Amino acid sequence: MNKIPSAISLGIRRGGLEIKQFSRQRESVVFTLLFPVILLIIFGSVFTDTIAPNVTFSQYFVAGMIASGLVNTGFQALAITIPLERDFGALKRLRGTPMPASSYFIGKAILVSVSMIIQILMLLGFGAIFFGVDMPTDINKWITFTWLTLLGSACSTALGIAFSIVPKSGRGASAVVSPIVIILQFFSGVFLIFTQLPSWMQQFAALFPLKWLTQGMRSVFLPDSFATQEVAQSWETGKTLLILIIWLAIGIFFSVRKFKWDRD
Amino acid sequence: MNAIEVSGLTKSYGAVHAVRGIDLTIKTGEIFALLGPNGAGKTTTVEILEGFRTRDAGDVRVLGFDPHDEGSAARQWRNRIGIVLQSTSDSGDLTVIETIEHFSGYYSNPRNVDEVINSVGLSEKSGSLIRKLSGGQRRRLDVALGIVGNPELLFLDEPTTGFDPEARRAFWALIERLRGDGTTILLTTHYLDEAEALADRVGVISQGEIIEVSTPTNLGGRSTAQARVSWRDGVEIKSQATDNPTSVVSKLTAQFNGEIPELTVTRPSLEDIYLKMIGVTHE
Repeated sequence: MNKIPSAISLGIRRGGLEIKQFSRQRESVVFTLLFPVILLIIFGSVFTDTIAPNVTFSQYFVAGMIASGLVNTGFQALAITIPLERDFGALKRLRGTPMPASSYFIGKAILVSVSMIIQILMLLGFGAIFFGVDMPTDINKWITFTWLTLLGSACSTALGIAFSIVPKSGRGASAVVSPIVIILQFFSGVFLIFTQLPSWMQQFAALFPLKWLTQGMRSVFLPDSFATQEVAQSWETGKTLLILIIWLAIGIFFSVRKFKWDRD
Repeated sequence: MNAIEVSGLTKSYGAVHAVRGIDLTIKTGEIFALLGPNGAGKTTTVEILEGFRTRDAGDVRVLGFDPHDEGSAARQWRNRIGIVLQSTSDSGDLTVIETIEHFSGYYSNPRNVDEVINSVGLSEKSGSLIRKLSGGQRRRLDVALGIVGNPELLFLDEPTTGFDPEARRAFWALIERLRGDGTTILLTTHYLDEAEALADRVGVISQGEIIEVSTPTNLGGRSTAQARVSWRDGVEIKSQATDNPTSVVSKLTAQFNGEIPELTVTRPSLEDIYLKMIGVTHE
């Protein structure tokens, strides 16, 4: 009798399968991966002003789009596709096999990470070539960028899996999830400059991770002199780390305890 | 050792008593068919055995394991069972062989993937995307995924719905081969001929209770039920119910002095017996 494969090795296999499946769905590849670039092209072409010395709107926008890409590829994509998989009965079938839940979650995390990396490369590439977006030169900024991306992806994945229990059906999932994401994008300073928003909007956004991811990405892509123009007049890096960890814990808790494999 | 042991199983959904005290034993190596109308508690019972649903009361042992338990023991247990659900579909962006190969990786001792594909008759579709398969071909893929882990116990929930007669026969032959390998099978089906062809024993479930468990030939007193002899007498078709059809036929032979016009001798089919048991009469 051989041993059952470990949860991690099955998770990696699941990740490979998820990527293969995803890459064959042309519409979702285009929508998920190209959409942020299209937005960058639109916003970058319309708003050509500088918003502070040496800070173009494109520079500000790229930081926001990378942060919001974490929410799109993780939270939004998973909270929409998992209810569909549940409707199809695909989740129930998986539940009947020796594959553990953790492997399924690892597979999703791999899919999110891979699409995130592609999206970041495209945003930075387009931004640098066509809109003069500057890359940070300080190694510490790249370190911040790395942990923000990793923690942000993990947080977004966990919350997407957790939120997948909310939509009643796969067909309705998009209608439940997309407005939440779009509102958070507006409130969190992705499309608009955060400090120009009414304070109730800022305070509401501060409850959720996207605002912190956006601010964190600004700390990477904007000059340090800009920190004084933030609401708290600093990048609040420690607070960002703490809030992302809290949301990650919430996401993992609900994913593990409440995940639904089957329609009722 | 029994593959499945159930006693005093109950399950309610609010005020609806779906399962009201079921006792059931399925022996290792047996093919057992669970029959019953929709809403009789069939699916609830099977899904409790498969570990998909919780129960309100009763003892359940499936391969010696309580399906309600979780953790690594549950993984070991799922490694030994195969489940073919009633309706599964997926996005269909993988090929048949990719899907089966992937699922085979979940188990400790999977069957050979090509053999599995062959045994469900999908060899020619092996490289096709799932979304390009017909309904019957998808169903055969479901069966393939249920058996790829080389299960000791296989649950089949209405496996041949949507099959054409030829595919159905081929499926029956596959089940016979699994029986030959010693696989225990719990089958639910709406097709009485399927139960009769495959099952060692059948259980009839109605309104949340098992009303009888027997062999297909003995169910509902079928083997001892009266036969019906019918024949043409002039313009009229006559028929007679009898415990002794042979003597009726020999009397008729004498009466007609040879060939009896349009003679038939019928015994109740499994379907007749089943419908009578669940309280449905023929129109």
